Amino acid sequence: MGTRNYRRKTSHSEHGPGDGGRTGSWRVERPVLNKSLCIPCKRNTEACFICWLLCPDVVISRTIPPKIDLEYCKGCGICAEECPTKAITMVDEAQFSEEEKEKE
Amino acid sequence: MHIIENGNVAAALGVRLCHVNVIAAYPITPQTPLTEKLSEYVEAGEMQAEYIPVESEHSALAVCIAASSAGARSFTATSSNGLLYMHEQVQWAAGARLPLVMCVVNRAVGAPWNVWNDQQDSISQRDTGWIQIYCCDHQQIIDSVIKAYWLAEKVSIPIMVCYDGYILSHTYMPFEVPEQEKVDKFLPPFRPDYALNPEEPANLNTVTLPDVRMDVRGELAHGYMEIRYLLHEEMRTSLTAAAEAEKRFADIFGRGGDPYVEPYLCDDAEYIAVGLGSLTYQLRVSVDTLRKEGIKVGVMGVRFYRPFPDEAVAKALKGKKGVIVYEKALSYGYEGALASDLKSALYEHLAGTGKLPFVQNFIAGIGGRDIKTDDLTQTLRAATKNRVSKEPVWIGLKL
Repeated sequence: MGTRNYRRKTSHSEHGPGDGGRTGSWRVERPVLNKSLCIPCKRNTEACFICWLLCPDVVISRTIPPKIDLEYCKGCGICAEECPTKAITMVDEAQFSEEEKEKE
Repeated sequence: MHIIENGNVAAALGVRLCHVNVIAAYPITPQTPLTEKLSEYVEAGEMQAEYIPVESEHSALAVCIAASSAGARSFTATSSNGLLYMHEQVQWAAGARLPLVMCVVNRAVGAPWNVWNDQQDSISQRDTGWIQIYCCDHQQIIDSVIKAYWLAEKVSIPIMVCYDGYILSHTYMPFEVPEQEKVDKFLPPFRPDYALNPEEPANLNTVTLPDVRMDVRGELAHGYMEIRYLLHEEMRTSLTAAAEAEKRFADIFGRGGDPYVEPYLCDDAEYIAVGLGSLTYQLRVSVDTLRKEGIKVGVMGVRFYRPFPDEAVAKALKGKKGVIVYEKALSYGYEGALASDLKSALYEHLAGTGKLPFVQNFIAGIGGRDIKTDDLTQTLRAATKNRVSKEPVWIGLKL
């Protein structure tokens, strides 16, 4: 199935997740959250959320625990860099099995 | 109403008749009087349009792109290096499928500086995805601007209406100014599928991935390649829409003919001279002279250069002995672009039929070098005896 009958002839993005494509496939390193270090998780209260605030692709939720949408996370590493307790680390995608990747 | 005016005024009157909403232009010789005339119309309240002064041609087209994206019928005009400075936005307007109309008042490009006429400016924009129409006289200029808006808005592809600097832009000639009522009948208001709207926010022409993707509504959206293919495909089918424009125009105004080519004494001709723009009308004088000598020769102007009307061209040239292409531009390092395109069309449609004419290319009038009708007559006569050269021959070269 192709795009022959798509309603537009141009690139026309509307606001909403994924209109730039599944950018998660660009990722080389995956952010992994260690809940034992994450401030909102430890206190079980809304706090910090610097990862949510600074994620340029808006793929981290303002929840306890913060959830990272790997469908669209490009793996830029800003969350890991900015996390005050180093609760997020960037892990080489090669370390995850194909099975795990497909589960995403 | 018949009036006697110059070609730039003919273009300005056409723009005014089309109720253009936004005009953004930067003055450059020989286009300047056109934009001056339009600013006069706006200043005097004779035209309900925004005239946006800009600091460059790049900005002029950027303004038109934005205005058109917001649903405004937009116009700009330029020449020569102004068009070259616009080049990035020229490509953008086509990819964004905006129905802009731009007059290109043909002028040589630098270096060295030269303000006179040739067609290197618009020919160098051949592959940008714009439709290109070439005019031979003032009537064609004013009519082409009006037809161009209809066609551009029909197919969502921008159009360059090209006419020769000075030879047409500054020369006075009688022509008919269409009645407003009839233009309004011909050209409905511009109603794009989507115009920028705060209620329906969108990001236009953003980074598009090599592959197709799901959009936010879960529909499979084009990748870059599909968008570009559609531009090409619809350029090709716009040939049909051009014929429709020509017919609608003829029905309302009683003027017009073949939308693609303009033949003169071609039916029984054995040799056909081919060119773009006012040069083909000058060639008619040579054809008349040679006809008196008994040489069966005709001339065909190509009105539509992109999309290239290959079928119409091949049909007109089928069975002729020779095609003599006169051009005011060159694809440096090979030959005139029109000559190459004609050869391609002839090969495609006539190879193996035994009806493939030879093609002789002449380059003339580069940088405004005077094109003497006698030179045209002599070169045309010579080419009907024998193909002169495989290489393009420069007429009037004084090396």
